[in-house]
Amino acid sequence: MSTVIAPAAFDQTALESLCALDPPWVADRRRAAFERFQSLSLPDRSDENWMRTELRLFKRSAWGPSVQPGPEAVEHEGILARNTKSFSENFLSPEAELSEPMRLAGQIVTLNGHLRRSRCDQLVASRGVLFGTPEQVMAVAGESMIRPHWFNAIDSGADMFAAMHAAFHRGGAIVFIPDGVRLEQPLHLLSCLTEGGTDLGHVLVVLGKGAEATVITETAGGGPAGSGPGGLHCGGIELIVGENASLRMVNIQNWNTGVWHFARQKAKVHSGGKLQWTLAALGSRLSQVAQDVALVGVGAHAQVNGVMFTEGRQQLIYNTLQHHEAASCISDLLYKGALQDRSRLVWRGMIKVDKSAQKTNGYQRSDTLMLSEHARGDSIPGLEIEADDVRCTHGATSGRVDREQIFYAQCRGLSADEAARLVVAGFFQQVFDRITIAPVREALAEAISERIRRIQ
Amino acid sequence: MSSGSEKLIVKDLHVAVEGKEILRGVDLEIGRGEIHALMGPNGSGKSTLGYAIMGHPSYEVTSGSIELIEADGTRRNIVELEPDERARLGLFLAFQRPMAIPGVRVADLLRHAVSNVRNPLRKEGQELIGMREFRQELRAKMSELQMDSEFARRYVNDGFSGGEMKRAEILQLAMLRPRFAVLDETDSGLDADAVRLASQSIAKIGGADMGILVITHHEQLLEHNIPLRTHVMLGGRIVESAGPELAAELHKLGYDRIRATYPDAAANEAAMSSGNRAEVTAAT
Ligand SMILES: Nc1ncnc2c1ncn2[C@@H]1O[C@H](COP(=O)(O)OP(=O)(O)O)[C@@H](O)[C@H]1O
Ligand SMILES: [Mg+2]
Repeated sequence: MSTVIAPAAFDQTALESLCALDPPWVADRRRAAFERFQSLSLPDRSDENWMRTELRLFKRSAWGPSVQPGPEAVEHEGILARNTKSFSENFLSPEAELSEPMRLAGQIVTLNGHLRRSRCDQLVASRGVLFGTPEQVMAVAGESMIRPHWFNAIDSGADMFAAMHAAFHRGGAIVFIPDGVRLEQPLHLLSCLTEGGTDLGHVLVVLGKGAEATVITETAGGGPAGSGPGGLHCGGIELIVGENASLRMVNIQNWNTGVWHFARQKAKVHSGGKLQWTLAALGSRLSQVAQDVALVGVGAHAQVNGVMFTEGRQQLIYNTLQHHEAASCISDLLYKGALQDRSRLVWRGMIKVDKSAQKTNGYQRSDTLMLSEHARGDSIPGLEIEADDVRCTHGATSGRVDREQIFYAQCRGLSADEAARLVVAGFFQQVFDRITIAPVREALAEAISERIRRIQ
Repeated sequence: MSSGSEKLIVKDLHVAVEGKEILRGVDLEIGRGEIHALMGPNGSGKSTLGYAIMGHPSYEVTSGSIELIEADGTRRNIVELEPDERARLGLFLAFQRPMAIPGVRVADLLRHAVSNVRNPLRKEGQELIGMREFRQELRAKMSELQMDSEFARRYVNDGFSGGEMKRAEILQLAMLRPRFAVLDETDSGLDADAVRLASQSIAKIGGADMGILVITHHEQLLEHNIPLRTHVMLGGRIVESAGPELAAELHKLGYDRIRATYPDAAANEAAMSSGNRAEVTAAT
């Protein structure tokens, strides 16, 4: 049984109790964000980014920061757990084809934004890597290291949720990889929620010149859909990929289906840097995600992958931006979503090319697959191009599982359900082919396959 | 295995699509180990018969039966069975136009297929046939069929040429080794050499323990698969059955004599195709 923790309010008192733990410069930023937060109301449908988001049942006054859960409070497992060595040392794969279980270089587990445990491989730490919750890292790292990046990439005044996050963030992770350090094993952050809990974790990842790392964040827990309290996540992610650095970032959102999920995420990729950013979403009641990639240095490269599976009455809304600010950069976005029941998935994508960003290569594509008549998917690609020597393409497809495909597979002895799962797996294969982290691919494929019921 | 008396018997089969009658009383009996040829002009209902035998949900059996007779004499009418249940009983259809399943590798589909067909009681989630054993067998079959082993890694019929699709169907036939197979124009879209290879492959795969219904417009596919009987379909019925000389005649002279001899079936044919025209007009 999970503990229900009555939230306080997002008010001055809550703010000051957070500020009391912060370095002064961080507290000042919180207070500024709080002022902004108080002046803003819930985003409404006149805002393009929010016009397809159903917020009527969201009661701002019902939420506040969670107090520290007791030690008896239940943590949840992420979907990677079964493929992750640190969780199950005796992992024995029943399927010979499964890749080796993943070893982690470090792991943080939080519950309602409060640290439960963290560890970082000694060898990794000895190479100057910083990995911990913001509280932990700020206690050891100098202000000059963090301040230039802290809430620099994302716009904390963008809307009420952005301001709420900037004022009341707690938990999450800071990752610093020094110049030239190449981490082979992933760093892992698992954010858990109790039923009715709130998580306002902030993630900052900074890779120095020529550094390499893989960072995986996962979410789990919160209450189920229905009349219960569910849960609230209002988070932010900032990724700074230095010159010629290479970051593989994976965010797996797998909250229980009563959780409100608001996230503002932005990456800046410097000259020659490479980013592979995979967003996977299986959970939440409603998700509103702003995912921005800014290519700020010549020759930067960003690959963005989206894997979404929705069911019940889930509603997931993604606004993506690929902003080419420098010349000769490549951005390549592929979102794939399968929708079951009465769920809804919205993707609004924009490729923006500045005047100076000549020789841009930009692609964006979103494919949705409807598994039921009542599901609804909207894909809205967009281009805004000011340079003249560019190659930008976009596309979107929407389809249903073809009964003829099911029949064909049935003629080969597969049951209708087995056939449907195979067809859906095939639908995701194109994006899985791009995700170079095998355990992530496998865990996602398995989690999706478990959720598919008979095609209606 | 004694297979002499196993039979697939189609009796007075009537099939409708979207309420429109297409098959109007088809009778056909195929013993395990026998080869039968089915010919007939386009639109006469040959593919419909194949779909009905496999249980395509759009093809409604309005009367008649499709029976499977076991060696011990047990009979069962299969028209109420799901397509996969029929496949697990040993029925197979090589599609005239195979479906593409993007993202699903030929080998993955086949591994599921082989696991189910060889272990008909297997439920989803239960163990598949061992990877090594399966790979070995697949590789051996592919080399017999002169197929590149890379082919198994491609996505099912996705971007395949017409010829590749047909070869993939033959590969599945070879791996699944059904008791009864309908091969629906497995020669169309192939050049002369490829047809010869297909004909040889089918002859090698078939043999005493497979009953095959070969739907074709040509004689070449039958070169290595001499049919016991050749049947002609017209207007949704089998109007004539004879020895191999019939295939030769039809190939040379076409269907004029058949139409003249069976004016009722010819009238049905005309009605079916005018129905199509009406649909086309309505759609435009
Ligand atoms: N799925 C379908 N929907 C509508 N009409 C169909 C369908 N399948 C077959 N038909 C019609 O049934 C008739 C027989 O078609 P078919 O069995 O494909 O003939 P053949 O294989 O002998 O060329 C044709 O008039 C065709 O238009
Ligand atoms: Mg046909």
